[in-house]
Amino acid sequence: MTSRRLATGGLIGRDETIKFTLGSTTYAGFAGDTVASAALANGIARVGDSIYLRRPRGVMTCGVEEPNAFVRVEGGYGESMLPATTLELADDLQMTWEDGIGTLDQSVDDAEYDHMHVHTDVAIVGAGPAGLSAARAAVATGVRVTLLEQDFALGGSLLGRPGEQVEGRPAHEWVQQVRAELEAAPNCRILLRTSVFGSYDNNYLVALEKRTGHLTTEGMSRQRVWHLIVGRVVLATGSFERSLIFAGNDRPGVMLASAAQAYLGRFGVLVGERVVVFTTNDSAYPVAADLAAVGATVTVLDARPSAGCQLPPAVDVRFGMVVVETLGDEVVTGVRIASADGSDVVPQELECDLLAVSGGWSPNVSLHSQRQGALRWDERLVGFVPTAPVARQALAGAVLGTSWTEGCLSEGAAAGADEVSPVHAGERADRAGATADLWLVPGPHGDLATHFVDPQRDNTAADVVRAVGAGMRSVEHVKRYTSISTGLDQGKIGGVLTIGLLTQLLSAPDMAAVPAGQPGQVVGDGAEDGEVNEGGRATNASMRPSPGALGTTTFRAPFTPVAFVALAGRSRGQLYDPARLTPSHGRQVELGARFEDVGQWKRAWYFARHGEDMDAAVARECRAARENVAYMDATTLGKIEVRGADAATFLNRIYTNAFAKLAVGKQRYGVMCRPDGMVFDDGVTFRLADDRFVMTTTTGGAARVLEWLEEWSQTEWPDLDVWFTSVTEQWTTIAVVGPRSRQVVAALAPDLDVSKEGFEFMAFRDTTLASGIPARIARVTFSGELAFEINVSGWYGQSLWDDVSAAGESLGITPYGTETMHVLRAEKAYPIVGQDTDGTVTPQDLGMSWVVSTKKEFVGKRSYERASHNATGRKQLVSLLPLDTTLRLPEGSQVIEQAAAPEGPLDGPARMPIPMIGHVTSSYHSQAIGRSFALALVKDGRDRVGQQAVASFGGRFVPVEIGDAVVYDKEGTRRDG
Amino acid sequence: MVDRSSVLERRRSPLHALTEELEHGSGAGVQLHEVPFLAQIGLRVRPGSPSAAALEAALAGPLPAGVGQVTALPAGRSTLWLGPDEYLVLAPDERDGGLDPAALTAELVTALGELPGQVVDLSANRTTLELSGPHAQDVLDKSCRLDLDPQAFPVGHAVATLLESVGVIVWRTDVGTWRVMPRASFAVHVARWLLDGMREYR
Repeated sequence: MTSRRLATGGLIGRDETIKFTLGSTTYAGFAGDTVASAALANGIARVGDSIYLRRPRGVMTCGVEEPNAFVRVEGGYGESMLPATTLELADDLQMTWEDGIGTLDQSVDDAEYDHMHVHTDVAIVGAGPAGLSAARAAVATGVRVTLLEQDFALGGSLLGRPGEQVEGRPAHEWVQQVRAELEAAPNCRILLRTSVFGSYDNNYLVALEKRTGHLTTEGMSRQRVWHLIVGRVVLATGSFERSLIFAGNDRPGVMLASAAQAYLGRFGVLVGERVVVFTTNDSAYPVAADLAAVGATVTVLDARPSAGCQLPPAVDVRFGMVVVETLGDEVVTGVRIASADGSDVVPQELECDLLAVSGGWSPNVSLHSQRQGALRWDERLVGFVPTAPVARQALAGAVLGTSWTEGCLSEGAAAGADEVSPVHAGERADRAGATADLWLVPGPHGDLATHFVDPQRDNTAADVVRAVGAGMRSVEHVKRYTSISTGLDQGKIGGVLTIGLLTQLLSAPDMAAVPAGQPGQVVGDGAEDGEVNEGGRATNASMRPSPGALGTTTFRAPFTPVAFVALAGRSRGQLYDPARLTPSHGRQVELGARFEDVGQWKRAWYFARHGEDMDAAVARECRAARENVAYMDATTLGKIEVRGADAATFLNRIYTNAFAKLAVGKQRYGVMCRPDGMVFDDGVTFRLADDRFVMTTTTGGAARVLEWLEEWSQTEWPDLDVWFTSVTEQWTTIAVVGPRSRQVVAALAPDLDVSKEGFEFMAFRDTTLASGIPARIARVTFSGELAFEINVSGWYGQSLWDDVSAAGESLGITPYGTETMHVLRAEKAYPIVGQDTDGTVTPQDLGMSWVVSTKKEFVGKRSYERASHNATGRKQLVSLLPLDTTLRLPEGSQVIEQAAAPEGPLDGPARMPIPMIGHVTSSYHSQAIGRSFALALVKDGRDRVGQQAVASFGGRFVPVEIGDAVVYDKEGTRRDG
Repeated sequence: MVDRSSVLERRRSPLHALTEELEHGSGAGVQLHEVPFLAQIGLRVRPGSPSAAALEAALAGPLPAGVGQVTALPAGRSTLWLGPDEYLVLAPDERDGGLDPAALTAELVTALGELPGQVVDLSANRTTLELSGPHAQDVLDKSCRLDLDPQAFPVGHAVATLLESVGVIVWRTDVGTWRVMPRASFAVHVARWLLDGMREYR
């Protein structure tokens, strides 16, 4: 293929060659190229085919709005659907063209992505002439300035016109000078390759920076998501050139006029040598001039009767002419043209290898609109423009319709300095000149099948006609009926074209029958400039609704695509979620613990010795606790210190049982309920002094209980003197459990009388251990066995673990985990809040009426007088003993009455419905009773004790006997050893 | 009676196993190490109350008056503002001339006497990471949403905030030096999270 790169010109580094591969061919480009510019320079006119119709396509744009030229980059992570027009050329890029749709790489993306959170006084989005000018002015005021530009170069539209004079020097020199000024300023941060994709309340901007590919420091992320909290936002986001709708407007060789100019000016690539420029406005004339200046043969077809600007020399200009069709086998070889008013019955043909199209300009209002900034249709600019900036934002440059560089500079400077724009509203339209209101050029064959509106989605004018024929009137409905604007470019190409086309379709004679309130209905009079979304009525007597009356589709983040992996940032793998570790965690790892997650805590689940499976380990640990001595880390239990003259009163109101008269030096188990009487949390509370307590909570409930206490204290009982502080992490707790635990504790705490008489159940003592470590030792049990809990400062947690291990070594002390703890407590029917309860269970349901005081007021008490709490049919905690003593019922199994169970084995679904009388909440194998057992909540369960029922799971129906909830040591003979 | 220094020998800070990891992760651009065993005493009193006055007298300095404020006290102590009626006193490690946290707590408990409020030893509740170097703020900016620039977050400012998803106290003790104080159980995660963010600046 012929090289289309000129010998001189452009902003590329011709001395730095970059090799890249497209498909199976290796090409060369230059530093500063995009993949698209390098491809075009190599004469590649055809890129991937279109998504559904498989039509040949070519590069159409020079930016993020590209609908055709997508590549997949191969490598460690195959990344799909990257617009070639924005992808910076890098060494050894391996790419393939994609046919309008990507393929997800199934392998893990092991590249790094991270986030950054910064605050800035002024953020300027877009570094074209307006943005650069704004940045310069803002920096001069001394505040913190952040300039964000999605391209890898500063300059915006000036990049395509490097020779244009700006403040007395060529544009590219001006850009470099401003860049140098900004980089030298200590208060300015420039973020290139950074696309602001979301704009949220309180001027919160979110942007994606593409980092590696041009930077390769170890530990540097490939992409970075920036979170910016901004004092004042300046949107200098520019505008998008529109295409025009005519037959074959998607053929390779059809390109936006501004793109053809940019490929020439920025990249030194002359895309075509025989050029037809098809325009509705003056902006294409400088393009024609630039192309002609480097030797191209240029013909301008202007749909208007005349131009508003000087005509370039050496260019053939034909007014009142349009392109009705492109010609060519694959790429454009010519166009068929006709007069715009349809008077030329025989279309003419013109040969060309590039058709540069300009259908007018659409301000890039996405970020403005994401903040619900209003838009209006400007009839003179023929585009949606912002009516006014949103609070603490300013707009500058082409996003407002300011099309001339000097205007952009002065408007940007004003925005940067927080001053009113000197550009007069009318001036914008005057300077832009007239744009023909041309939304559809009928084809020579009478159909609209190749009149593309959204090339990426392969949607044509015919699809829009079909949508209108099906009754769609709203732009939002047409979008969804057709899929226009749902592609990767999110309507940057097709959005306004669709709206314009709709105005034409809805003004057809047969639209007179459109129901009231719908676009297209005839009304008497209307405004010239319709505000968006105002009822969608036609705005003038000609029955033609203006685009403003139709409104736009909704602009949403992200403005440009963002990978989920970038949003995840570093919260992946080991860093995904914090693992909370106790002081003796390392020791438990050394002992072979398997851990389970309890909230964010890592708790030892069981300690498998060589060759043991979990069941064997748990059985051994259970036996050790019941028959000998065992120890576990109980540090994760929530702990809250409560102090105040009214602390006892407060606890008395929070717990269902009495706390007022708890003696100093003693502990008491308590249950707290919500006002509805349902169990909320439980735990043991120590009384350290008259006015001082330490409450323990469930592991998972610690934070919520502290909030609960604060809420009642602050909002309901502010008169009580009571204070709370979490001490969960201050203390580490090791439980020493089993008939021989007393010997271990005696060795650890020689100063302590640990005898049955000297240290009674539910007492606690402050002492100093043999090691010299201060400790608080409590006699309490969660297994029914004789047990002690030793609390020391977290600093000494590991030391205490070691000391307990050593003190118990000669007895064969056994570490145990949460699974064994669960078995032991279940044998004693000690409930676990959140496992055996689910927010619908009262203490009475758990068989714990003894913990509910009848003498005092407490949170939840009144609910126990409600009929629903006293009626029969409440689910009560019982045990289930499967008749098959080796069968462990799955937790969650349904319990049904014996009579309800189907007879014999099922070969299909059971007769439905079968009334359920309960469900299994906990289920284990018990060493103590030598069989499996379960806890279950069963309707009127206590009345059913001794009866048989059926547990159902996985299509099985197995007989069980309902028993008292406590299956072991009902008399409680073991707790004193 | 066991001698005191052998008791102190038995202490293990939450990051004792990461000492080398922290050292290897540090470089010219940014450094991270643990400052273990600071005494930390939690106070809860209403500002301006007799209770506050009693504690201020015992501490020989006022309680900080609002969010972000830190009061520097004699003997290398500081008081951080954590909430409208919640403060944290920090004092040097016993090994560095500080008091046994239990003794310091007892002192303040005695000062408060019967007055409303609370004094609690929280020395093992959090540990302290010190992050310093020219890129320390960049590392924090990766996971802290607050404005950490000096005009908004001057030296001597401390707040309770989130680092990524973990609650920490962030305290700027010098232009390029930050203390990050997670609860003990989160310390390993926070340290590894910071180390991860430090790699590009090492």
